[in-house]
Amino acid sequence: MSGRGWPALLAMLVLTVAEGGLGRSAAAQSLVADISDHLVAVTTDFAGTELLLFGAVERPGRVVVVVRGPLQTLVVRRKERVLGVWINRLATTFVDVPAFYAIASSAPLAEVASASELARQEFGLRYLRLNPASGAQSDPDGGFRAALVRVKQREGLYSEGLEQVSFLGERLFRARIPLPANVPTGSYVATVFLLVDGEVVAAQTSPLVVSKLGTGARIARVAEHDAAIYGLFAILLALSAGWLGSIAFRQG
Amino acid sequence: MQIYLPIAELSLDVFLLLAIGGGVGFLSGMFGVGGGFLLTPLLLFCGVSPAVAVGTAAPQIVASSVSGALAHWRRGNVDVPMGIVLLLGGMLGSSTGTLLFAYLRRIGQIDVTIILTYVVFLSIIGSLMLAESLRALRREASSASRGKLHQHNWLHGLPFKFRFRKSKLYISALLPVGIGFFIGVLAAIMGVGGGFIMVPAMIYLLGMPTITVIGTSLLQIIFVMMNLTFMQAWQNQTVDIVLAFVLTVGGVLGAQFGSRIGTRLRGEQLRGLLALLVLGMAVKLAYDLVATPADAYSIVVLGRAT
Repeated sequence: MSGRGWPALLAMLVLTVAEGGLGRSAAAQSLVADISDHLVAVTTDFAGTELLLFGAVERPGRVVVVVRGPLQTLVVRRKERVLGVWINRLATTFVDVPAFYAIASSAPLAEVASASELARQEFGLRYLRLNPASGAQSDPDGGFRAALVRVKQREGLYSEGLEQVSFLGERLFRARIPLPANVPTGSYVATVFLLVDGEVVAAQTSPLVVSKLGTGARIARVAEHDAAIYGLFAILLALSAGWLGSIAFRQG
Repeated sequence: MQIYLPIAELSLDVFLLLAIGGGVGFLSGMFGVGGGFLLTPLLLFCGVSPAVAVGTAAPQIVASSVSGALAHWRRGNVDVPMGIVLLLGGMLGSSTGTLLFAYLRRIGQIDVTIILTYVVFLSIIGSLMLAESLRALRREASSASRGKLHQHNWLHGLPFKFRFRKSKLYISALLPVGIGFFIGVLAAIMGVGGGFIMVPAMIYLLGMPTITVIGTSLLQIIFVMMNLTFMQAWQNQTVDIVLAFVLTVGGVLGAQFGSRIGTRLRGEQLRGLLALLVLGMAVKLAYDLVATPADAYSIVVLGRAT
């Protein structure tokens, strides 16, 4: 792993946090966790990154880590062949879909908890709740839901069991969650669960923000919020670029 | 070197984009075509979404048309009243086209519409160019024959007749307005200036003398594209100025080399190659439309809750 200093550092960190948390309930005390970064900056040369979640448990159990992105409204469309050409025919809208979902666990999910508990906690892509919009076309065979998960997986935005939660000794654990280059911006939530005998006994939530920073972010913001000014600026830029080009050409 | 395009929301290689801009600029400088009809499909091949490719082509076309328009203006080759009448139609057409674009995008049919339109027009233009260059190659030995400048037909019976002095025409204003409108709609949907349709239309339908055609069409293209840049940015937020700027830098440089070489070379063989390139793009796009997609499903983000 990445250096021998990690366990010692984590242990110190855990001790400090545990001291501060003495007054909390027993459930809160049985688990402490944090993320390496609470702000992920998407800059002009952003090529994806990795979140490191780490912490300690007071009693032996299984650890599950879930990272969820901001909520989106999505349209899923299905192409059909019409006169030889593939065009979009059917569509279903889903609301409150997490833009990003990644889950990692210290053991295969099927061993962590029963199916009903997995479903209750939305552990795993199978159990992730994806709600069709009211009045949306029904999805009887689940084809649209399956397609949503499939496309999101292909884009690297949904993942399950890609990374394991690994224990360092009995108490300390850590997990890496990769964030791809196309990670959507917004507010994320990383939750660490401790399960004992197939039941969630403790959970800790940490907020996380993925934000565009730098010139690219400023441009995107102006384009969205001051669309008219952005349009005029684009025209001005184009006119001056063409004009400068023609001057340079005449001199050359 | 990768550069992040904030509106297209993807990273592309700067040198690839410069090469695309330069290549399109080179061809347009050499053949005197606008190049929008080459640029937009190339952006599609790079993975830029059709909506952003079309929106971003507009400012790029403004930039690449300015120097040509200035040159023709200085030589007095612009028929201003004709340009204004064309522009009237062009403004209406491009605004209508942007609304149509937004509507098709909402119902999920914009991609297929853009690609179908391209297949149709690239096939027609490619075939015409190929036929023209073959004819030119065959004609090299024999002497060329010219057709009539323009004929009188039912188009000349339309009302609202107007005298265009510079072009020595007395025709109905409805004709140029109609042509401008049609080009404006196409420009909004395809991300092209439309010179490749407008120039033949002005020569064969209106009967304008060739000398005023290019300057006048460039005048109309610049203003229609300025309108489109604004409308696309305002209504659809699909104009990526970073992408447009990189393409423009490449395009300005490419056009200089293109026009220098174009004056020295006899272009029949090259024109034939360009025709094959255009037809090749049409075939590739047509194949994508009819081939069974890897996944029949696609998802589009409509909006986000905060």
